[in-house]
Amino acid sequence: MIDRIRRLAADLFNLPAERISPSSSSADIKAWDSLQHLNLILAIEQEFQIQLEPEDPERMKTIYDVAKQVEYKLASRA
Amino acid sequence: MNVEYSLPNPRDEIERQIAVGRFAHAQTLLASYWQANPGLATAPFVLSQFKKLRAALGATKVRVAILRSFTVEPLVPLLRAAAAASRIDLQVYVGGFNTYAQEILDGSSGLYQFRPEIVMLAVQTRDLVPELWNDYSRLNATEVGDVVHRATELLRDLIGTFRARSQASLVAHTLELPMFPSQGVFDLQSGYGQLATIRELNECICACAREHNGVYALDYDALIARNGRRHWRDEQKWLAVRLPISANCLIHQVNEWMRFIQPLSGRICKALVMDLDNTLWGGVVGEEGIEGIALGSEYPGSAYLDFQRSILDLYHRGVILAVCSKNNEREAMDVLRHHPRMLLRPEHFGAIRINWKEKAHNLSEIAAELNVGADALAFVDDNLVECEKVRLALPEVYVIQLPSDPARYSLTLRGNPVFERLTLSTEDHNRNCYYATQRRRQELKNNTGSLEEFYRSLRQRVVFADVSSKTLSRVAQLTQKTNQFNLTTRRYREQDIVAMLARPEFRIITISVSDRFGDNGIVGVAITIDEGPACEIDTLLLSCRVIGRTIETALLAHLIQQARSRGLGLLKGWFLPTARNAPASDFYPSHGFFLSRKESQGSLWQFDLATSKHTFPEWIEIQEVKNTNYEHSYD
Repeated sequence: MIDRIRRLAADLFNLPAERISPSSSSADIKAWDSLQHLNLILAIEQEFQIQLEPEDPERMKTIYDVAKQVEYKLASRA
Repeated sequence: MNVEYSLPNPRDEIERQIAVGRFAHAQTLLASYWQANPGLATAPFVLSQFKKLRAALGATKVRVAILRSFTVEPLVPLLRAAAAASRIDLQVYVGGFNTYAQEILDGSSGLYQFRPEIVMLAVQTRDLVPELWNDYSRLNATEVGDVVHRATELLRDLIGTFRARSQASLVAHTLELPMFPSQGVFDLQSGYGQLATIRELNECICACAREHNGVYALDYDALIARNGRRHWRDEQKWLAVRLPISANCLIHQVNEWMRFIQPLSGRICKALVMDLDNTLWGGVVGEEGIEGIALGSEYPGSAYLDFQRSILDLYHRGVILAVCSKNNEREAMDVLRHHPRMLLRPEHFGAIRINWKEKAHNLSEIAAELNVGADALAFVDDNLVECEKVRLALPEVYVIQLPSDPARYSLTLRGNPVFERLTLSTEDHNRNCYYATQRRRQELKNNTGSLEEFYRSLRQRVVFADVSSKTLSRVAQLTQKTNQFNLTTRRYREQDIVAMLARPEFRIITISVSDRFGDNGIVGVAITIDEGPACEIDTLLLSCRVIGRTIETALLAHLIQQARSRGLGLLKGWFLPTARNAPASDFYPSHGFFLSRKESQGSLWQFDLATSKHTFPEWIEIQEVKNTNYEHSYD
């Protein structure tokens, strides 16, 4: 899961996948601003056909957080 | 969930094609990649590759502004990528949040500074008329009337002001209807229901579009309905970040915008070339015979019939039809002529190639016969291999690969932006008859001896008329679409033409041609500008249908005569070469013009009205129509 989110973020931020690690956050990726955060959420929603709450960036600070959130949503949907 | 692909990664393949300089092919792959994977995650890749291709491909640059009452930012990369897939290099300006009115009313706003060519006005019902959306049950009839009146005034004011300030095209969203009207099912029974009230405002938007040149209505409510109202809205994101559209539906909004952007940018297909077996009918006529093929009121024949219906709709929109199919000609023509349920008949087609040659070869011939570039052709086939071969050999051709279920065929054409037109002239309606009579003219040319004899036998009549309100859109359309016999290739919109009419030094003349085979309608435009003792030809163009029949010589004679009658001494004009207008390159020198200046973008030619001679071709009958509509006094 983490790898899929990493690839997705790399595509979105137009960066090589190696530049993005599970602990990457908006603090160390320049392109990851609030607009790209919204785009990341929308891209994930489209990819996994789930709904995330955008008003809660605190819970999705790092790539790892985002992946956990997606797993949680997928599990609660099943 | 994790799928590993053994096929070559399409991204690597695109980058490889760019690296070896096969740009047109790379662009075709890029467009297919976007079609298969449209989304926010793929848009940056598409845009970064297109950046390397756009110069080599001569991509069309277009400036689009979006005025909005909601968050549209995530739509922007999607829109730019969708445009890139259609070879349009889009620059996008997004107006301030909910400041659409200020942007339009303030002449120095960011909107006007951006100098847009196309403006989207995307305003939601709940933002424009919140009372009607939220509090409808609490309003009485008078209050509803007041709200409608105020909103109508505002819309008219905004659209009217914009039209007066800018030459750009304006695409205005209509207002969304609520999923459940506030009065429930009673809404339609009541005298002033919520739905009827919002529809009244939508009618006002459509009326504005009809009244103003270059203003168009986008049916936002129909867009939502097509994709499912329940799926469209994302109430959570609306409340959190003011984005009302769900992640899955963003692409549908973008594609709807493209249905306007493509025709407004001239990135459209003029002709649709089609396969026959398993495309126009089910089965293979060579094997099953005319009785065995599926075409009629029962499935799957009904699906093919519906597909033919959608093709016939394009025909009436002015799209030229042609056949390119591998069959025995006699058998296939037998179906076209005699099958009782066929809707498309031989007379609907401007060119027919039924043989066993490569389709790419036939498509090149069809483009030449119809006098259009290969990039003006769309090709539709059910066969994956044929589609792929055409993509490889002729990457300019827009290939439509049909889905496996024939019931889904017509959806590939209906709503496809390459077939959208924003104006429909009489010429569009009749275009295909022109091409059918053109085939007969060609036969005559082959049967007559000398050229002069051929010209005489055509019995051509030419009418020169000043532009009028009725011919305005045709004039703009010709400047937009004519590529080959076009001396300067300057593109004008209706509103540009209107602006010229206000200036006395401009003259805009339309040329209509008829002959013994039929009436071609308006096929040419000349725009001239008087300046001191000289008259400059700003635009001179002829539709490819009438090239090579000395119409251009007659037109020039007319311009010379007119300039002389205004007492001018010099007629001059630029030839600005493009990739497509070689047929017009020797027009000036072959008509007695002298080269006066040569620059990198083209050459300036001039004709001394006092001493040089030029006569009308004697085999053409000339008629002049002075128009009272839009006439100026030229004293």
